[in-house]
Amino acid sequence: MSEEKASLSDERMQAMYRDMLRIRRFEETAFELFENGEVVGGIHVSIGQEACSVGACSTLREDDAILTTHRGHGHSIAKGTRLPEMMAELLGKATGLCHAKGGSMHIADVSKGHYGAHSIVGSNMPMAVGIGLAFHFEGKGQAAVVFFGDGAANEGSFHESVNLASIWKLPVIFFCENNHFASSTRVGYATSVADISARAGGYDIPGVTVDGMDVLAVHEVMVEAVDRARRGLGPSLIEAKTYRYFGHSRKDPQFGPYRTEDEWNEWKAKDPLLVAEEILGVSEAQKKAHLDAVEDELQDALAFARQSPEPEPDDVYEDLYA
Amino acid sequence: MPEVKMRTISYSTAINEALHEEMERDEKVFLMGEDVALSAISPATAGLGDRFGHERVRNTPISELGFTGAAVGAAMAGYRPVLDMRRIDFMMLAIDPIANQAAKLRYMLGGQVSVPLVIRAPEGGYSQNGPTHSQCLEAWFIQVPGLRVIVPSDPADVKGLLKSAIREDNPVLFVEYRSLYSLEGPVPEGDHTEPIGKAAVKKEGADITLIGIGSQARSCLEAAELLAGEGVDAEVVDPRTINPLDVEGLAASVRKTGKCVVAEEGHKSGGVGAEIAASVQEAAFGSLKAPIVRVAALDVPVPVHTKLEAIVLPSTEKIVAAAKKLLA
Repeated sequence: MSEEKASLSDERMQAMYRDMLRIRRFEETAFELFENGEVVGGIHVSIGQEACSVGACSTLREDDAILTTHRGHGHSIAKGTRLPEMMAELLGKATGLCHAKGGSMHIADVSKGHYGAHSIVGSNMPMAVGIGLAFHFEGKGQAAVVFFGDGAANEGSFHESVNLASIWKLPVIFFCENNHFASSTRVGYATSVADISARAGGYDIPGVTVDGMDVLAVHEVMVEAVDRARRGLGPSLIEAKTYRYFGHSRKDPQFGPYRTEDEWNEWKAKDPLLVAEEILGVSEAQKKAHLDAVEDELQDALAFARQSPEPEPDDVYEDLYA
Repeated sequence: MPEVKMRTISYSTAINEALHEEMERDEKVFLMGEDVALSAISPATAGLGDRFGHERVRNTPISELGFTGAAVGAAMAGYRPVLDMRRIDFMMLAIDPIANQAAKLRYMLGGQVSVPLVIRAPEGGYSQNGPTHSQCLEAWFIQVPGLRVIVPSDPADVKGLLKSAIREDNPVLFVEYRSLYSLEGPVPEGDHTEPIGKAAVKKEGADITLIGIGSQARSCLEAAELLAGEGVDAEVVDPRTINPLDVEGLAASVRKTGKCVVAEEGHKSGGVGAEIAASVQEAAFGSLKAPIVRVAALDVPVPVHTKLEAIVLPSTEKIVAAAKKLLA
């Protein structure tokens, strides 16, 4: 048993498992709603990557910040985003977190330290540096975590942001979810290094690759990175190797020409929920209780979303200028 | 009303004063950009690093995308960053955080954030710096709802509008005209602000309206003087901000004169002048006695050679010629 696991209470470990389940069931539900035509706009699900969201966000305080991507439901839920308002946003309702202006790709709940899903790949990293700079000015030991994919690690914004955070020793954690695909482009084709964490060396910051299917392993490396950030020692780069079970978005089939069913099955055998049940010690009875609670919560969220009004025509001008 | 004391200072000194005063007034204001802290490369930022320290007057690496995005993030988190772009041409490396993020975040996130960011973007030619160091690109940004775009043409306005921009809760593209940096003019002492969204009549007249944007507001004033020598009484109007655009302020002048030349340093096609001509004719078509005429940079890049640059860029003489043709 690792030192970190020893320090986690059973209650916290059960909560971590339940959060993973909340994400999995939220996204399965969202996908069904999407296929039924109830979702306004597109969605990108992160099923298979739940250990990254929960492993990372379980180390954060409410006044820490996250920024995520177009594939951000998991991070949003793990950071405490309100589910009814999030579901309402997917269904295009006026009560949605973004008042039906942003949709799935721009979920944000600033009251919970969630500074937004950002749909332009790589755009969130410079903004995370700025939030880190604000935290540095404030001096309250807050950290900013920015989630991005293996594809975004090839954007210039990644390199400029890591360099800025390094020279200014900002409390920013660059969390790369290497799910192996940038849409249909394999990471091995598009990326100069086998481990994206190796790029940390170019900016003189710690870089570590972790098993992104293991929630506890992710939690452990995050604890260290968050501690560094809080103590003013600067940024870290974490690469979690994980796998996207579904296609990139709505039109992309699960097994496109870019991957085989065999590969998919290999990763599926390491499913983060199965791994978590084992390492966190979740019994069948506990699992059943979590599932029931999650279903209730989701049904409530869905009922709220379905009963909510659609936006009014005049809302088109709302929130453009402060 | 207490008497307002005026003194004569330059456009760049007026910028410098506005930055000093706003940083003094609000500790959430900070400055970022290349060479802002130590160097005396720009008179607009001289002395700020010594006065406020290098945490708040923060030199950046040459990473326009990175530090512009960082400014957006800091603004979301409650600060009021002021960016120094050196030249608007360099800002092309940072379009995503400006057009996709700063301008849209408040709207896209359902009003959860505001982005009180000022991007100071010095621009323009008449300096033999060639195609990538002479552009005037403000027209691009009136196509981006969510951004304020300010185009001050004299020392009093640049000071008053920069102070208002820093206090504004929305992202502002604050265009400065490099050819005006040494222009001197009267500026009120003390806390002088100008309203965002109000055009100003810079010279009254009855025969023709000359609308000038930025550096060309200055050229229009010179043109009005030359025209006065020929018995023409021209009115010069400066929109001062182009988002929001004070269409009514411009149209009021055109209703009076019936004729209008609009001059800008940017290219003619799809320019600010095109937008102004369209908006003014929608508002004042019945008063127009002739089509609105545009004077602008030719639709070619700005060449280095003095002679070629003069052919491409607008000038006082070109405005006079356009006005005389309209009055003939």
